[in-house]
Amino acid sequence: MLHTFVAYVEDLPGVLTRVASLFRRLNININSLTVGRSERPGLSRLTLVCEASAEAGHRIRASLFKLENVVDVDDIAQSPSVTRELALIKVAASPRNRSQIFDLVEVFRARIVDLTSESLMIEMTGVESKIEGLIEVLREDDGRILEICRSGKMTMRRGHHVSSVLKAMGSVVAVAEAAEATEEAGQESVADLPE
Amino acid sequence: MGTKGNAKTANATAAKPMEAQANAHLTTPTRLTGAEILWATLAGEGVREVFGYPGGAILPAYDALRKFPIHHVLVRHEQGAAHMADGYARASGGVGVAIATSGPGATNLVTGIATAMLDSIPMVCITGNVSSKVLGTDAFQEVDITGITLPVTKHNFLVSRAEDLAHALRQAFQIAKSGRPGPVLVDITKDAQQATAIFDFEAAKPKPYRPHPMLSVEDAGLAQAAELIRNAKRPVILAGHGVMESGAMEQIRTLAERAQIPVALTLLGLGGFPASHPLNMGMMGMHGEAWVNDAIQEADLLIACGMRFDDRVTGTLATYATKAKKIHIEVDPAEVNKNVKVDVALVGDLREVLEQLLPRIAGRDGSAWLKTIEASKGEVAVRDIKNLPDSGHLYAAHVMHDLWRMTGGDAIVVTDVGQHQMWEAQYFHHEKPRTLITSGGLGTMGYALPAAIGAKFACPHKEVWVVAGDGGFQMTAAELATIVQEKIKINIAIINNGYLGMVRQWQEFFYESNYEATPLVSPDFVKLADAHGIPGRAVRTRSEVEAAVTEARSAPGPFLLNFMVEKEDSVYPMIPAGSALHEMIRRPGKDPLEERSDDI
Repeated sequence: MLHTFVAYVEDLPGVLTRVASLFRRLNININSLTVGRSERPGLSRLTLVCEASAEAGHRIRASLFKLENVVDVDDIAQSPSVTRELALIKVAASPRNRSQIFDLVEVFRARIVDLTSESLMIEMTGVESKIEGLIEVLREDDGRILEICRSGKMTMRRGHHVSSVLKAMGSVVAVAEAAEATEEAGQESVADLPE
Repeated sequence: MGTKGNAKTANATAAKPMEAQANAHLTTPTRLTGAEILWATLAGEGVREVFGYPGGAILPAYDALRKFPIHHVLVRHEQGAAHMADGYARASGGVGVAIATSGPGATNLVTGIATAMLDSIPMVCITGNVSSKVLGTDAFQEVDITGITLPVTKHNFLVSRAEDLAHALRQAFQIAKSGRPGPVLVDITKDAQQATAIFDFEAAKPKPYRPHPMLSVEDAGLAQAAELIRNAKRPVILAGHGVMESGAMEQIRTLAERAQIPVALTLLGLGGFPASHPLNMGMMGMHGEAWVNDAIQEADLLIACGMRFDDRVTGTLATYATKAKKIHIEVDPAEVNKNVKVDVALVGDLREVLEQLLPRIAGRDGSAWLKTIEASKGEVAVRDIKNLPDSGHLYAAHVMHDLWRMTGGDAIVVTDVGQHQMWEAQYFHHEKPRTLITSGGLGTMGYALPAAIGAKFACPHKEVWVVAGDGGFQMTAAELATIVQEKIKINIAIINNGYLGMVRQWQEFFYESNYEATPLVSPDFVKLADAHGIPGRAVRTRSEVEAAVTEARSAPGPFLLNFMVEKEDSVYPMIPAGSALHEMIRRPGKDPLEERSDDI
C-alpha cells in the first residue's frame, strides 16, 4: 500500500541523505519526496510517499524516529488530510493554436505563467489525479508537451492536530523567541570571556 | 598478573598536575585549540584510555595528547582499535573510544564500527579528516567517512570548526549510551583541530536525552502480560543482550523465580542469568541444546526480554513457536513485530518495564512444565562429549570445559567467530554478566584478540582469555605486539583444527563435504608468539590440558596455548539455516569420529 509520512527534520547538511538512506537500506523505493521550511525555525518539513506493505508503516516510522536529526514523524495513513502537488508544464504552442490550450487551462483551473511565440508554461496545483488528467489531455497531441516538472506530494492533516512531540516543544511563537534569546545570550557570553 | 603496574604508577605521578590542568579546563571556559578541546572533552566524559593509530590528518590531536591524563594504546591496525573500544565497552558497561586518521585509517575502522552497531555497543570513534577548505576534492587520504559509516553508526558528525567540537563530542557520548546503545563517529577536519575556540565544557552539555517517542508501556499491556503469565501452562523467558544493557539481571531472576519460568538465553544474553541457576535452560537457537529449542517450540507463552528474534534464534519464522503467545519487552520500537508478530508489546527500558510488571506477578506452580523439560533432556547429557571417556583425541569441547572448570567461570572470555565460539557458549558456563565478549550480530572474525585487549583495559584485575580459531586469529594476530607494548596479561587459547571449521562443517552438512577453500595452513602459533616475546605451548591430548591452562594462568605475562584439536569435529546440535527449531541435527550417539567412520 501507499504510505505517506510527514516529518520534521533538522535543517542541517546530510539530513536528507540519512532519511533517504533508511529507505535504501529497507529496499523501499521513494515515490515522491518534498522538503521545505516549516513554521519552526531550524526545522524542515518533508512529505515522503512510498509503496510498502501495510505492516511496514510502523517499522518505518519507528526507524525514522531513530535518526538523530528527525524530530517528529507522522504516518498519515488513512487520516483525513489534504494532499496537493504542483506541476509546471511547458507545451509547444504557436499564436494560432494557443486559444485551444487557454480553454483547457480554464477547465482544469490551472494558470498560464509564461508565454512566448513558440511555447507557454502552465502552472497547476491539485491532487495527483487532476494533474494526471491535464497531462493526459495535453498528450493527445503528439509532441506538444516539452517539459514537465512536478513537486511531489505535500500533505497536511485536516483539523487541529498537533503531535505530542511538537506539543512538548512548545508553540511556534515561543520556540522562535527562545531560539532568538539563546542566540543573543550565546554571543554575549563569548564576548565576555577572557582570552 | 597485572604487569601493567609500572606504567600505571608512572602515569599516576605524572597525572596529577595534568589532571588538575584538565580539570581547570572543565570548570573555567578557556581558549584552546580544537585538538586540546578534543582531549579535554574526552577527559570530561571520563575517558582514561583510547585505542588508536596516528596519521597526517589527526596529527594535531596527537600532538596535544601529552597535556591530558589519557592513555593512548597504539594498535597495529585500525580495525583492532575499533574492536578494542568495543571490548572495552562490553567489559566495562561504559563507552569505548577509538581514534584514527583520515582515509585508510578511517575505512579500517568500519568493520569494527559495524560489529558494534549490530550488537548495540556504545562506542565513540574519532577520525581526522583533511582541512575543510579541501573537503570533497579527493585530497590525499581523503575519504567521505561520514558517508561511508552512515548506515553502520547510530549517528555521526562532521566537525569543521573548533567551536562546534565540544558539543558534537558530548552529544556523541550521549547518543552512544542512551536508549539502545550504538557506535557514533566524529570526523574532525585538520583545520578544526588547529583553530582555537573558547572551550566551555558545561555549556557544551547536550540537550537532555529524548527517549524514542514511540516507547509505550501501558497499564493495559502490563495487565495483559500478567494475565498471560498467570494462565500459561508452558511459559519460557527468552533473555537477550538487553538484560545486561539495561541492568535487569535481578528483575529477570525475580520474574523467573517467582513465576517458576525456565529461562533460555541468546548468545549475547549469556551471563545475564546465572548458568548454574536451576531455571536456566541454556542457550537457544542454531546451536542451542535440543531441549531448549524443543521447549520453545512446545511453549504456550514466550516472554522475550531485550532480544530481537534474530534468525539464528528463530530458524524459519513460519514454524517458530507456533503454539505460543508472545510478550515482547524491548527498548527499540523498530524491533517490535519485525520478525515475529507479538501479542503484547511493552516498549521501553527492560528494567523499568519489569519493575512495573513484577508487582502484578504472583507465585505460580511451574513444576509440571519444568519436569517435562527435565525429562526431555533424556540421555543427551550422557551423549555429551565432555562425559565420554578419554579416547586420546582432543576435542574443543574438552578444552572449553576444562577452561571453565579451572577458572571457576570467573574469567572474561573473549571469543572470535566460528565453531570455537559455539563450543565456548555451550561448555563455558557464564555466571555473571559481561564475562562473555563475542561478536554475535555481525559475526566478525578477527574480533577476539583486539576485543580482549580492550576488555583487559576495562577490567585490569580480571583474568582475560582469548578463545579464537586458527583462521580468525590470523586476521588480527598483529595485535600480539600491542599486548607486548602495553605489558598486559592476556591468555590466548587457539582452537586449531587446520580448517575454517564452521565453514567446513557447513560444507560437510550442506555441500557434500566439498572442502573448497577451508583447509588452512597456519604458522606455528607458539613460534609466532615467541617472536613477540610471548611464551606459549602446543597441547595435543586431553590429559595435557589442565597443566597447560595452569601454566598459562600462572605466567606473569601473556601466554599462548595452541590446542591442536580434532580436525573434522562439528558443533552439535545444529539447526540448518532455514529449518524449523525442532528439525535439528542432533549430537552423534558416541565419539563423533567413530560415528563418521561407521556411516561411511
